[in-house]
Amino acid sequence: MRRRLFLLFLPAGIFFAAFFLLPLAQLFVIGASGKDGLANYAAIVTDRNYRASLFATLFLSTGVTLVTLAISGLAGVFLTRNRFPARGALVAMLTFPLAFPGVVIGFMIIMLAGRQGLIGDITQWLTGDKLVFAYSMAGLFVGYVYFSIPRTILTVMAAAEKLDPRLEEAARSLGASPLRVVKDVIIPGLKPAFIAAGAICFATAMGAFGTAFTLATRINVLPMVIYTEFTDGANIAMAAALSFILGAVTWLALALARTAAGSSVAAAG
Amino acid sequence: MKRRGALFWLQLGFTLFVCAFLIVPVILSMLAGVTVNYQTGIESGFTFRWVIQVWEGYRDTIYRSIGISLACLAVTLVLGVPAAYVLARAQSGFARAIEELLVMPVAVPGLATALALIVAYGTWGEFRTSWTFILVGHVLFTLPFMVRSVLAVMNAIDLKTLEEGAASLGASFGQRFFQVILPNCRSGILAGALMVVTLSMGEFNMTWLLHTPFTKTLPVGLADAYASLRLEVGSAYTLVFFVMIVPLLVAIQWAARAPRQAKAAPRA
Amino acid sequence: MGGAGAAPSEGGATRMSEGLKPVSIRLEGCAKTFADGTRALEPLDLEIPAGQTVVFLGPSGCGKTTTLRIVAGLEAPDPGGRVLFDGADVTALAVEKRRVGLVFQSYALFPNMDVRGNVAYGLRVRGMERRAREARVDEMLAMMRIEPLAHRRIDQLSGGQRQRVALARALAVRPRALLLDEPLTALDAKLRDALRVEIDALLRRLGITTVYVTHDQAEAMALGDRIVVMEHGRVAQSGTPRQIYEAPATRFVAEFIGTMNRLAGKVEAGRFVTAAGAIPWPDAPPDAREALFRPESVRVAEAGAEAHLMGEVVSAFFLGDRMRLFVSAGDGTPLVVEAAARKSFARGDKVGLALDPGALMKLKDPTPKDGA
Repeated sequence: MRRRLFLLFLPAGIFFAAFFLLPLAQLFVIGASGKDGLANYAAIVTDRNYRASLFATLFLSTGVTLVTLAISGLAGVFLTRNRFPARGALVAMLTFPLAFPGVVIGFMIIMLAGRQGLIGDITQWLTGDKLVFAYSMAGLFVGYVYFSIPRTILTVMAAAEKLDPRLEEAARSLGASPLRVVKDVIIPGLKPAFIAAGAICFATAMGAFGTAFTLATRINVLPMVIYTEFTDGANIAMAAALSFILGAVTWLALALARTAAGSSVAAAG
Repeated sequence: MKRRGALFWLQLGFTLFVCAFLIVPVILSMLAGVTVNYQTGIESGFTFRWVIQVWEGYRDTIYRSIGISLACLAVTLVLGVPAAYVLARAQSGFARAIEELLVMPVAVPGLATALALIVAYGTWGEFRTSWTFILVGHVLFTLPFMVRSVLAVMNAIDLKTLEEGAASLGASFGQRFFQVILPNCRSGILAGALMVVTLSMGEFNMTWLLHTPFTKTLPVGLADAYASLRLEVGSAYTLVFFVMIVPLLVAIQWAARAPRQAKAAPRA
Repeated sequence: MGGAGAAPSEGGATRMSEGLKPVSIRLEGCAKTFADGTRALEPLDLEIPAGQTVVFLGPSGCGKTTTLRIVAGLEAPDPGGRVLFDGADVTALAVEKRRVGLVFQSYALFPNMDVRGNVAYGLRVRGMERRAREARVDEMLAMMRIEPLAHRRIDQLSGGQRQRVALARALAVRPRALLLDEPLTALDAKLRDALRVEIDALLRRLGITTVYVTHDQAEAMALGDRIVVMEHGRVAQSGTPRQIYEAPATRFVAEFIGTMNRLAGKVEAGRFVTAAGAIPWPDAPPDAREALFRPESVRVAEAGAEAHLMGEVVSAFFLGDRMRLFVSAGDGTPLVVEAAARKSFARGDKVGLALDPGALMKLKDPTPKDGA
């Protein structure tokens, strides 16, 4: 029996070892090659530019996660608890952007907030000044929120469906106001889902490349830095070291969240 | 029917706003793809000429994306379904560790995975310049979704007892696997398949690094078009992408809803 | 372990319309230790003659299901244990080849096939050609009286219906033995009673060697030619239902089967003296500290010479055909006494109790288990 299990797993195992584990190991080694050796890995904190981009990416990802969780929490709980005619359509609309590549997201942002964008037109019509923020950190932020909402809202909705209404009824019978119920029963009940969804959101934001690539120019997030090191700078050792660190950080974030949430993290996409 | 208080309308309004935030740009870009001149707006009239331009210039990327997605599906089925079975039957801590490991390509940024692949296999000329190089990246990224989807269903049905029942009736492992186990995992396989195809079609982060001028996929072509061509062409290209991906997304939603309805009607 | 109990059925073995000779099963030194160290079964020796129904009875964790799974081939006994069918060693034979019919507690019906598909599965696996297969399925559906359900999906069936399909499926392949793992546990009480009668009739008619696992002693008493009572991985007693009930070997068996009354005291000159009175017990073991007797062995008597014990009614239940009284007789648990329904008793009534000394039980192993 055990032998059969081993044989059944072998194809996936071999594929994985050959195309993931081995390359990652080599990546680590390459990252330590070059004239500085292992010091490359320390460069992320010692070098000023790299450090700045690391922090920028961390702040961005954290901010995006918090905002997305708030939005998804509100909309998700609302949609789970209320039945009305267009509900199915709304849920569908909120989860559609799940498969959009970063390129398309970036493009959406340009449509909204670029030089010919909708928001620019509206603000010009309202105030006379055109508001254009697509190509800055703000545009990136909005773009990240754009692709994060679909991912988190499914997890939140699934968890909201499983909340036991009797807990809320008990709280209400004891005199709690709706706001208290939200604070004392609903949010704690959704905490594992928030942690899980938040971890995915954070990890995706840390590693997102396509959006930044499309919006380009002056944005200094870690994936872009890695990319430019690799293509423009041909500094493969540095690119390797940085990407290895980036991978480790995101994996760590997910692992921590998993232990905090207790059960396996549901991937919404 | 509950009383609709102010809180309900507020929440509804908020939710509608969020939906608008997500959908309006999509509509805008679809419109831009069929407008003669985006700057002038709709007044300039509708046309399919941008779409035709995309088709003529980038037809190969569309075919390639479809081909890679289907190939990705085939590979993840062959690798992933047996792997899910192993994880469902082996209840040891070792199985947990394997699950963790399989999820890694989702946790690690596509950029890093792509870089790692290039570092390891960049010198293998034939492989590096073939579409299979991209396929490998896609399989790594989508395999956990297939495994997890099938595993979820396997855990829900009492796999062990079903197998024992079939074995007690004389069925060999092969017979059990194809006649009893797989048919009962259909919903998980279907959901996983839809997920894999959808994710593969839209994958960019890895593919951008892995591609060569001869192995461009749709998202890669998109990025090219945005950078070099008119907004209208980029929009038309995006429109083509939407037309391909939206049916898949609808199918995913439908597949997720169907088994829940079936479960809600057992007889007493 | 006593000798094989005779199967009291009407010429069971010859009435087989099933055409396959039932097998005798023997277990030799079968023990089971699981991977995490749990000792589920101590070395067990057991003989099941062909055509007999043996019931493994005991609380959960006693090893009864493990024993059944070893007979089925789903678990292997620890090295040294042997399983023999008609004298042939099948220990190394996998379940697929053992030709036994299994009915699981959860029925294990295949959701992806309808009822006909499920019943036909074993035949399909064996390569039976279509027409013969369909005919056999029809036969089984008729035998279990589920023809109208033939094309239903599994999730459309009730518990009792599923059970019948599970039986039909297991019997379709003409197994050498039938193994049932708590098949009635998942059903409600009334259905259980009705199905118990049906299964009993079915087993008698088929004359097939049957191993039946349950924790319900009423079920065991009704179905078994022989009952094997198990506790903590060991056989506590093996015998006919009457033997188990009237002559329990150990305290565990005495208390697990039926209701048992216990009275503390000591033996003095041919009588058993307790706080509530003295019972004549000529052949009492000299060191007996307890008298054990069933509720039906004690009756309410008029106070005076006839009553051996005096007690006070703690609660009285009218059961329609009789009264059940809980009578306190000194410290310790109240005694359970059955009385005629005609009389009425109230809490606090003083009653006299008379015992038939022949009904006092002598255990072979009277060691009190945890907390006497």
